[in-house]
Order: sequence, then structure tokens, then C-alpha cells
Amino acid sequence: MTERRRILFLLTLTVLMLCTDAKEPEELTVFCGAGLTGAFNEIGQIYENESGIGVDFNFDGVPALRAQIEQGAYADIVVSANLKHMDALEREGYIDNDTVEIFAGNKVAVIVPNDNPANITNLTDLAKPGVKILIGIKDLPAGDYARRVLDKLAVDPEYGPAYKEAVAANIVSEETTVNRIVSKVALGEADAGFAFISDVSPQMVGKVTRIVVPDEYNVVGKSPLGVLKHSKYPQEAQSFIGLVMSEEGQSILKKYGFIPVNENSMNWQAIDQTSSKVCDNWGRIRWI
Amino acid sequence: MDLNRFKPEIVEPYSRIIYGPGFNLRLRNKILKTGLALAICLTMAFIALPVASLFLKSPLDTTLRSLHDPVVMDALRLSMMTSTLTTLIVVLMGTPVAYVNARFHYPGKEIVDSLIDLPVIMPPAVAGIALLMAFGRMGIVGHYLNALGLSIAFTTLAVIMAQVFVSSPFYIRQARTSFEDVDLAFENAARTLGASRVYTFFHVILPIAINGLISGAIMAFARSLGEFGATIMFAGNFQGRTQTMPLAIYTAMQGDMDVALCLALVLVVISFLVIALVKTLTRRMYRNART
Amino acid sequence: MLELDVKKRLRDFDLEVNLRIAEGEILMLVGDNGCGKTTLLNMIAGLIEPDVGMIALDGKPLFDSSLKIDITPEMRNIGYVFQSYALFPHMSVYDNVAFGLRARRLPRKEIDFLVKDHLTAAGLWEIRNARAANISGGQKQRVALARALIIEPDLLLLDEPLSALDVRKQAAMRRDLRERIHSCEVPSIIVTHDLRDVACIGDRACLLEMGKIVLSGAAEDVMSWGAVPSTG
Repeated sequence: MTERRRILFLLTLTVLMLCTDAKEPEELTVFCGAGLTGAFNEIGQIYENESGIGVDFNFDGVPALRAQIEQGAYADIVVSANLKHMDALEREGYIDNDTVEIFAGNKVAVIVPNDNPANITNLTDLAKPGVKILIGIKDLPAGDYARRVLDKLAVDPEYGPAYKEAVAANIVSEETTVNRIVSKVALGEADAGFAFISDVSPQMVGKVTRIVVPDEYNVVGKSPLGVLKHSKYPQEAQSFIGLVMSEEGQSILKKYGFIPVNENSMNWQAIDQTSSKVCDNWGRIRWI
Repeated sequence: MDLNRFKPEIVEPYSRIIYGPGFNLRLRNKILKTGLALAICLTMAFIALPVASLFLKSPLDTTLRSLHDPVVMDALRLSMMTSTLTTLIVVLMGTPVAYVNARFHYPGKEIVDSLIDLPVIMPPAVAGIALLMAFGRMGIVGHYLNALGLSIAFTTLAVIMAQVFVSSPFYIRQARTSFEDVDLAFENAARTLGASRVYTFFHVILPIAINGLISGAIMAFARSLGEFGATIMFAGNFQGRTQTMPLAIYTAMQGDMDVALCLALVLVVISFLVIALVKTLTRRMYRNART
Repeated sequence: MLELDVKKRLRDFDLEVNLRIAEGEILMLVGDNGCGKTTLLNMIAGLIEPDVGMIALDGKPLFDSSLKIDITPEMRNIGYVFQSYALFPHMSVYDNVAFGLRARRLPRKEIDFLVKDHLTAAGLWEIRNARAANISGGQKQRVALARALIIEPDLLLLDEPLSALDVRKQAAMRRDLRERIHSCEVPSIIVTHDLRDVACIGDRACLLEMGKIVLSGAAEDVMSWGAVPSTG
């Protein structure tokens, strides 16, 4: 019996040791909006290489991330695609407000499948009956801004409220993350989708076509990031933010379609010049 | 015959010899019993606590008010309708399959069995993608349908298809076991008495297996009620048309936790009620014992 | 009148039987467990297919491997009392007995008349509404027999009809069974491992061993089969 007991004791000890961390490795936990996956994975890699501190990302829809933080989840940094949720978290006292910085801008774009079955070439085509459009849920930054764009179009005499209604009638689904909008449009399941310019990652670029919404109707989204009050590594978090704001970080963001804060964000020509594209007078960008 | 040897006092010395000094059989039994009781209590607590928390964390007046929210009403109606239709379809389609697999042997039966179990192993999101690949606009079957003007994705039909896909194994497995449990002798007896296979199925086999079949149907219903991943991928998320309760909960959670809690509560309560109702009905209908 | 000449390969041995049963005759089929008795009954009833051979009842072929005839059990009109009785557990005694007639879609009045007749004759009328699962072993046996006889079968098969019964009841039930089978005048095959059944009930007896008939004769001669153990 004592032999059996000893074996049991050793077994329990081993299991316990496997389950608990003897020593927690230094690591940054970054909650990041799903639309920023590509850009931040790259930035995170650079940070890991330079500082030796691991970066653990949690990519999800921004509203979902916010809900998780509100329910007590641990994170060092939160990166949002728009101000609304960051403001809310600041108000609720989760963020160290001094650390919040705007790191990039973003604009709404309409994406269509490459073969463009519904033949969408401009904004008016979106109102054609029978067109299938995807949009984000209203709490999603991309969804929120898309709706604001539609509101702007509604007050413009050239489009009017009937236009907005027609487009709304064409919406077939409200997705909870933009990645799904991009995937479904790329698959050809929908005729068009509202997303941020940056939501089309370099991997997806060849699979969809982006139609830029002209500036007079577009809404420039400001993307903030900040350090959470309960962070265990505030200094490391700050240096991560420093990397994001640096030239290196900003050029990565630009590569993924974001508007760097250092450039004139209202100038859509700037987007042109970063890549050789063909534009026509409708503000359409075609990826060659 | 000396019955004194069965007196308990004499058992203890035996145990001391076998298990070593300091050992007490009664104590061991007591420890065992408390251990088991503890295990049961912990398991029950683990399941009951999250459910109870739903009730405790949502104030009653907000919940009642949220009930009138069109989002809630639409989601509830859609979920009930689609899940009921799904269960009916699954039972109608699945019963013959289950019966054939229970009684007969045919070439390729192993493959059929594996296929039936497949949706259980597939992550729901993968199931959703698979459905898109088959029935989406660009899908293998879908693009023919599209040419005819029929489009399945983003419709209520897509919701039902997704639910049928993920919940049918739950019914078919249970139905098959129930049919296998029906003694072959009953079937044989019926046939020698002159009953055709069909008559035998409806008058002998089905009534004997019915409890298991209903239990399988309840499981399929419950699975379809909770279905999320395949639905959101294949059918999308649109209020009134494809936004079932789980989708509505997930959507609401990102903006308004109160509405989400209310929806979650409603879902739990409704599920409980349905299951309880069906169980009482069954117990009343067929109170049969097996010979 | 039954004619039977069949062969079937079983797991441990080959079943090879050639039999003839005359009008109204009662044949006792004796043998140990696993000798193929039940398989033989199932083949006659049509539940199992022989590998090769012929089975004919009153001149009508039920099975013929050379002519590719295989009549389904429901068309053979053979009554079968199973060893476990196989009473439908979800039905009452009345419904069990009525089952065969209902399956043939007889008119309701006729069914009621016939069922009442048979139940009363078997002393089961009082328990006609009892659940088939809740009655005693002896009652179950009588229900099973009534259920098989009511369809007016051309042949009756009984598989160990008394083995499931209480030892004390067996003697009485044995006599009772003999009465009813003799009175209905249907040719029967009764499978048993108990020689007392043979002595009491049957006209003729056959000993089946490893799938082959090794002894055959009149029932009275059975006691001289010293080599066969009398199990009880």
C-alpha cells in the first residue's frame, strides 16, 4: 500500500508541475482588432527580434475585445480600429489614458470579387436591385463607418435617401468580423462588401478589387492604441507603441493599406503614390 | 453451520492481514463514499453555476423589457421555426438510414457510417465553409442552381441546411442504437404472423424504439438550436432572415450586454421547457417494458 | 404435409436434413443446444435461407434453390412460437393475439369474434387487457400459442415451448400443450431438449446431432435412446 501511495504522490506532483508555470516568461499580451492582423503580426515579429520579449496577440472583432476586457481579461495593450471602443474603455477606467496614441488612419472602401459578377463599377451600382452586399455589424468599426458613409451619401443630392434605402435593402448579412466579409467577397458569395481599405491583406489583394469611396463621402477612421492600467509590463508596452509610431512601424502600416499619421491623411492621392496603380476619374483603384 | 463467521467483527482482522496494519475497512468505505459524493457535487456545481449566473446577473426588469425588442422576437421566432423544421427533416430522412444500418449489411456500410459521424467531428466553421463550397454561388452544386436563379446562401433555407448538417448525426446514431436494441425476435414473430416489413416497422419496431428515437430527436433539436459557426459562415447574419438566437447573442454581446444576457436566458429557458415537455409526453404515451 | 431437404453450412458444422411430416402429425425434434434445431425451424419459417435444397408444404414450394423460389415469411402462413415467446411488449394480450388478423386486414367484427373465441378457449379472456410484459410465464406461453394458432396456419413450429417455465408448472403445462395441439389438428414440429416432452406430446421423434438426424422413430421408443441424456 505504501508503494502505491508513493507512486500516486509522485504522479500528482508531476501533473501539478506540468500544469503550473514555474516562472512566467516575460511576454506582452496585445488585444488587436482583426483588421490589423497582418500589419501587427509583422510589427510584433520585429519587436520580438529586437527586444527578446514575446508578443502574444489576440485578434478579434474590436467590440468582442472590448467585452472581454470589461469582463476582466488581461491585456497589456489594446489596439482598436476606431475611437468609439477605445473612448469607452478610457471612460470606464481600463486604460492608462496618457499612453493612448493615434497610430494610423483608415478609410472605407467597397470591395468586389475579381470577376465582378454584378458588374459594380461605382457607388450607384450598389443600389441596383438584386445586388448582394455585406456589411459589418454596427458595433464593428468597419460597420460603423460604412453606415456613416451611407448617411453622408443620403444627404447628398446626387444620391439621396432613396439611394441609402436601396443599398440597405441589398444587404444580405451583417458580419461580426471584416475578415469574413473579405473572404466571402473573395469567394464570390457576395457581390460587394464594405470594409476598410486596410482590411484587404496583401494575401487577399489579388482576390478582390477595391473601389475607393471618394473623400467627400468618406469618413476617416482614426485608429488608436493604448496601454491598460493593469498591465504588468508598462515599460515594455510603451516601447512596443514606440515601435508602432516609428518610421519602421508606419511603413509597415502603409504597406497594408493604412494611412500613416505622418502623411496628409485627407489626400487620397497619397495612397496612389505608394503603389503603382491605375486610377480613373471615378476614384477607382485597380490592382494590376 | 456456524454463522458466526459472518459477523462483521471478524472481518476486520482479515483486512488487517491483507492490507497491513492501521487499515480499517469501514473507514475506507466512508472515504470512498465521500469521494464519490464530492465528485458528483463538483460536477453538478460546475454545470449549474454558469447557468445560475446567467439568471443572477441579469436584472429582471431589463430582461422582461428586452423581450419586446424586435431583435429578440425575430431571433426567437427564427430559431424556433428553423430548429423545428430541422428536427422534422432529420427524423424523416434519418430514420430509414438508421434502420437500414441497424438491420442490414451491405457493401460500403463502413463508409456510410463514417460519413454519418463526420459532421460531429468537423468544427462548425469548417462545416460552414464546406456548405459554401457545395451550395454557395460559386459552389459545385450551387453554381448550377445560381444559373437557374436559385441562390441558397444568405437565406433561411441556408440556416436550415446548416442545422440539418450538424445535427443529423445526433439523431441517426441514437436511432440506430434504438433499432438495434429491438430484439430481432419481435420482427421475426411479426413476419411469421403475416405482417409485411412495412407493417412490422410501423406497428412493432417503431413503438418499441420510440423512446430512444425521441431522445435522439431532442438531441438533434438542441444541437440545432445552439448552432452558430456553420450558420454564420453559410447563411450569414441578418435579423429576421438568418439571425438565429446564438447569432443574435453574439452580435448583441458586442454592443449591449443586457440584451445579450436576456437572449441567453430566453434560450436556456426555452430549451429546458421544450425538453421537459417532450419527456413528459413520451413518458405518458408509451409506458412499455422490455421482455 | 411438409417435405424438407436442405443443406446449410453453419459455423461449426454443416446442417443437412431430410424430413417428411404427414397430415396432422406432430414431430418432436430433439437435440442438445447448438445442434441446429432452431436454425432448422427458422429455415422452415423463411427467416433464414438454406444454401441449397427444397422445402414444400402441401405440395406448394416454399423454397427451392434450383428453381430460385424463396417465399417470404409473411406469405408462408406458418405459425411460430419462439423460445422467448416474443410477445410484443407494448401491446396488450388482446392486441398480441389480434396482430396476425389485423396484419391481414380482416374486418373488425371478424377479428373481435375470433380473438374472443381463442382467448376464452385458452383461459386468457380475463387478462386480455394486461400488458404482455406483465403476465406470468405460463400465461405468456398460452398467448404465444393462441397468437400463432389464430391465423390458421398450415404448419406450427414451437421452439422449446416449456423450457422457460417454472419446473413445478411444466408437467401441467405439458399436458395442456398436448391437448391444444392435438385438438387443432395442425401438423407441428416441436423442438425440445427434454425427453419428457417427447414422451408426452409427440407422435414421432427425431434426434438431431451436429446438424444431422441420427435417430428417428416413434415417440414411445424414445426411452430406449439410452445414449441421450435427459435434461430438465
